[in-house]
Amino acid sequence: MGEFRCVDRSLLNDWHVVAERSALMSNSAFTTRLMGHDLQVTLDGRYNLRVVELDTGEEVCSDSRYGFIWACLGRPERDIIYLPETNEADRHLLSGGSIAVRVSGLRAVENFLDMGHFPFVHTGWLGDEPHTEVLPYNVTITAADEVLATDCKFLQPFASPTARAAMLVDYIYKVFRPYTVALYKSNPLDPDRKDLIVLFIQPVDEENCIVYSYLCYLKQGLEAAAARSFMQLIFAQDKPILENQRPRRLPLDPRAETPIRADAVSVHYRRWLRDRSVTYGAIAYPV
Amino acid sequence: MIKLYDYELSGNCYKLRLLMSILGVDYKTVPVDFYPGREHKSEWFLKLNPLGQLPVVDDDGLVLRDAQAILVYLAAKYDAAGTWYPRDNPELLGEISQWLAFADGITSTASAARLHDALFYDFDINTARAGAHRLFRILDEHLWFGERQERQWICSAKQPTIADIACFPYIMLSEEGGISRQDYPAIRRWCDRIKRINGFIVMSGVFPAGPAKAA
Repeated sequence: MGEFRCVDRSLLNDWHVVAERSALMSNSAFTTRLMGHDLQVTLDGRYNLRVVELDTGEEVCSDSRYGFIWACLGRPERDIIYLPETNEADRHLLSGGSIAVRVSGLRAVENFLDMGHFPFVHTGWLGDEPHTEVLPYNVTITAADEVLATDCKFLQPFASPTARAAMLVDYIYKVFRPYTVALYKSNPLDPDRKDLIVLFIQPVDEENCIVYSYLCYLKQGLEAAAARSFMQLIFAQDKPILENQRPRRLPLDPRAETPIRADAVSVHYRRWLRDRSVTYGAIAYPV
Repeated sequence: MIKLYDYELSGNCYKLRLLMSILGVDYKTVPVDFYPGREHKSEWFLKLNPLGQLPVVDDDGLVLRDAQAILVYLAAKYDAAGTWYPRDNPELLGEISQWLAFADGITSTASAARLHDALFYDFDINTARAGAHRLFRILDEHLWFGERQERQWICSAKQPTIADIACFPYIMLSEEGGISRQDYPAIRRWCDRIKRINGFIVMSGVFPAGPAKAA
């Protein structure tokens, strides 16, 4: 199954994270797989980055940003996403660690967008029973062609690494690209500002992905190790759930899995993928 | 108070949190950025444990490394009832030690497979998985025959011992390393019994027992 290669032009011509920069040793090659293509990443000194496709020996486009190594298998049609929050000096800009997950990356995006599972999977942290209701929220497609969910609220016992008491947390979710999703949530110490967590997901093949989390938390009261620890605690609760989802690819047929009102953002996400002819990692549904 | 140098996703750290929760021992944790920070190989940590491994505890100046050794210490010192590590029962202590060593074998196979699959560790995955299945088969048979003799736990005591705590985490996390427990029914029943011990707590990737009684 890992043999299937991507035919979606928009994904082939887009940037994907393929490594954490800090995990690369100078002068030693690192191999990974992107959409069924085996890649070798080498960093010679600080600046000489090369990503080569092993089958053909040809170099593909590569870049380094946000502490990650990026590659594009085709011709880049747009730049790596821009995150204005990375210019704010009082934020941590941290990798939360890259974790391999045996599921389509599209499933991982969808899980990240889902508030309904908080009380059941993240019990005592991002939710608890009986506070299971997901209040109505809004979903729109932005002018920049992103899926945006706003006015999301959830009562969380331990919302963030700096949380000291339960709080009603405001969330905004944004799907930037098919395999890139972010959330903005209220910072417990400075409720007027939001912490930002981005997932850059590397589609290894259609049923395997590597999730790179990028943590842009406000620094106040927070050590880097604690931010990473919290992210991994939460993500490792999701991982076994994700790996037990069947099918491993995300079905785009609206009748394949029954959504409820709380799944509005997921319904929009699937439709958005379908309308943009994204099929890699999905079970396609002909429009 | 006991200080536990801790990494949330480590099964070996979890077994100490689990025993301390069951025994009602107060402790605080010092998060160590094991991944991706590799802080357990940093200079300050190597002074604490030259092996560069988690967990480490510091109990009022006594610094101990090695999860199994720490289980022995905690149970011997803080279990008032003396059932988790019965110091006056040589036969049982022998059994417990035997299974603590077995737990180390589970770490070097099942835990290695998990580190390979999720965190990109450079291990031979087939060897790790085959090694874990070999140990799981041995434990499953041991537990299955135990059930026939009304023995609920790994060692021949009425109550669970630290041998159960030592073996539990990396068995429970095995599927993250591609090691299914489908063929080990006695192991699955034993896991459910552990989840029903008073004071049981979870870690990420381990879920609490369902409301139904164990089969």
